[in-house]
This record gives sequence, C-alpha cells and structure tokens, in this order.
Amino acid sequence: MMAIESDKVTADVIEVSEYPLMAQRYQIYGVPKTVINESIELEGARPEEAMVGAVEAASRSAAS
Amino acid sequence: MAIIPQQDQEYLKDLFAEKLEHPVTLRFYTQRQSVLSVPGQECGTCSDTHALLNELVALSDKLTLEVRDFVTEQEQAKAEGIEEIPAIVLEGQNKGTVRFIGVPAGYEFATLIEDLIDVSRGTTSLQPYSREVLAALQNPVHIKVFVTPT
Repeated sequence: MMAIESDKVTADVIEVSEYPLMAQRYQIYGVPKTVINESIELEGARPEEAMVGAVEAASRSAAS
Repeated sequence: MAIIPQQDQEYLKDLFAEKLEHPVTLRFYTQRQSVLSVPGQECGTCSDTHALLNELVALSDKLTLEVRDFVTEQEQAKAEGIEEIPAIVLEGQNKGTVRFIGVPAGYEFATLIEDLIDVSRGTTSLQPYSREVLAALQNPVHIKVFVTPT
C-alpha cells in the first residue's frame, strides 16, 4: 500500500518458502517479517503507525 | 482444470467490475519452457504462476499480462531490480513500485487482489496522516515483506 502512495517506495511481497537462501540470509523464522532498507527489521504484523514510522525513519537515515 | 475455482472467478469478476478504475499491467518475469534443463536454474513455480495470472487477467478487460523472459530479457529484469523469479511488477496509478516475488498463492493471493484494486485506483485505505508522511519522503525506501502461502 505504501508504495502506491509514494514514488520513493519500492515494496516487495516475497513468498519466502520458495527461496531458502533468502530465508537464511534474512533469518526468517516466522512470518510476516518486514525488512526496510536492509537495516530495520519488524517481526509479525504491526499497526499502520508503526510501519509508517519505520519507513519514515529508514528514509531519513538513507540521507546520511 | 482451472486454478482459480469457478465460484471465486465469478466473485473476482464482479469485484473487478466494481472496483477497478484504470488499467493495470502485470509484468511477469518468468522462465520460458526449454528442452534443456540446467540443474539449479529451474523455476519450479513459474508455469503455475503463469497459468494463475492468465486466469486472473481474463476476469477483467482492465488487466493486462505482459510476459518477460528472465534470461533473454535480463537487461530489463536488471533495470527493474528483478533478482528472483517468478516475479510480478504491477503498473497502474501507483506512484512507487509494487512487486510480488514467488507464486502469489494462499494469503498472498488476497494481497495481490487488494493491491490490483489499489494500483488501479491510485488510492489506499491508509490513514490521512500516513499518506502525508509517505508523500513527504525524501529518500528511497525498499520494503521487503516476507510471507508464506499459509
């Protein structure tokens, strides 16, 4: 949804059981797991505010 | 035999007729059938995903399937950041990039349907505050949501 609202956002929905190497690399032990800019990790379903807050923080730190 | 059950096809046809506003292209990166098989390079779910998408786009004239070969069209795949197949890139009224990697089955299928509608309309059900924050982002953000079919 967030990628629909902003041209700065790329969102991938990844069916991780097909890609064991990716599951290993991102240490996926439970789903959903969200990784933002390869740095922020959120486990489980999170409320909208938490997700948007994490995206905002990732965008801000991408500047530095 | 159909992958999407007949009853679901009827439901989706009505849903798309009601909710889809503008055309959406589903650009599908896959591996074409080959007489040669390279061990470790096979795409186990590409043909099932292709069949599923063919059935899906047949349910609305606003949906178009564009098929790309991951091997012979690797320049475009690279330009779109596609590293794994099957991969689906949604193109419509969305401002950013929306992609599905892997077969969109189970719960992920419902997400695909919701995203098709949002991409077609260019709007989401996010709160106004969230939309403001997203519209004001200055730097790129790449979100990866890892899911499984169940």
